[in-house]
Amino acid sequence: MEILDLGLDILTWAAILIGCFFVIITGYGLLRFPDLYSRIHAGGMADTLASFLILGGLALQSGLTLVTVKLIFIIAFLFITSPTATYALAQATFVAGLKPRVDEGQLDDTPPTDKVEGGKD
Amino acid sequence: MSVYVVAAIAILVSIALALSRALMGPTAYDRILSVNAIGTKTVLLISVVGFMNGRPDFLDLAIVYALMNFIGTLAVLKYFKFGSLRTGLSRSSGGKN
Amino acid sequence: MRLISLICVTMAVWLLFSGIYTPLLIGFGVFSCILVALIARRMDVIDHEGLPVQLGANIVIYWAWLLWEIVKSNIDVAKCVLFPGKYLEQSMFTVKVSQKSDLGKVIYANSITLTPGTVTVDLHDDEVMVHALTRGTADGVKSGDMDRRVTKIMREE
Repeated sequence: MEILDLGLDILTWAAILIGCFFVIITGYGLLRFPDLYSRIHAGGMADTLASFLILGGLALQSGLTLVTVKLIFIIAFLFITSPTATYALAQATFVAGLKPRVDEGQLDDTPPTDKVEGGKD
Repeated sequence: MSVYVVAAIAILVSIALALSRALMGPTAYDRILSVNAIGTKTVLLISVVGFMNGRPDFLDLAIVYALMNFIGTLAVLKYFKFGSLRTGLSRSSGGKN
Repeated sequence: MRLISLICVTMAVWLLFSGIYTPLLIGFGVFSCILVALIARRMDVIDHEGLPVQLGANIVIYWAWLLWEIVKSNIDVAKCVLFPGKYLEQSMFTVKVSQKSDLGKVIYANSITLTPGTVTVDLHDDEVMVHALTRGTADGVKSGDMDRRVTKIMREE
């Protein structure tokens, strides 16, 4: 049983640390990417794999109890609600007239200058 | 130093990065995106802090926060898109109202 | 049929969330589940979209496959964040969807959005506008693998 506990602890550390890596990458990508559409992709990382890894690591620690069920429910809620919110955001942006920058090449560091006034149809 | 402390610190650093994007975002949609991301990370933070204090009851708060975050994001987006929360989603062709 | 399955699902959720099994609280649970089911039937939302029991076990297999896709595309996006000069190559294109029903289209569009690196921007009648972050993720959508799988679980060959 000692070996099993140690293995579970190691798995928990690995899952949560990789999840933390993805969470920090998400924040960094939100700060670094040049325009809104690419920032949406960066924000999607925290919703999917990072939350799955961190909450899965917590579920490994809690064993087979009601706590695990609640963690699975949180994962399910995030996985259902986050694409809906992302789609609503992307479509509102597109309808408001903010065109994406389609590029074939290099990233330039200048912030986007096009602003959206209002956003009403 | 347990793994929960490391996870909480990482999530807080990420929230700080997203918050700076929310403060300096050029358009309103950048700010909404950042607030949505902060909400998701807050759900993770509540869960991790609950485990860190040995009180997994915090997960109930995390579930409620996940749902509230979703509804709040949609409400703000609808307000920006239509200028009012009262009108229906009339742009799409399939919706009933 | 769907009414009974809705009552069962909400009752299971109640039992899993509460964790206190006294007769009084279970009685409250049964009462509120039946109330919710009656209100939902009066609102006419218990149909093949509100409670899609017809998908069955196929969607579980699809979720497992989708989870693997999410892992792969997360690694792609993380590389793109760390080295944007090398990988960042945004594009925007439309692809045809082969599903007939609204539920299939929504499952497909949400799957596209759920994998980071591709975001559904607009969903018209039978074509979906996708914004992709890198060339690899764009090719993943254009190849139509996910489209075929969603069509298969909807049984709309």
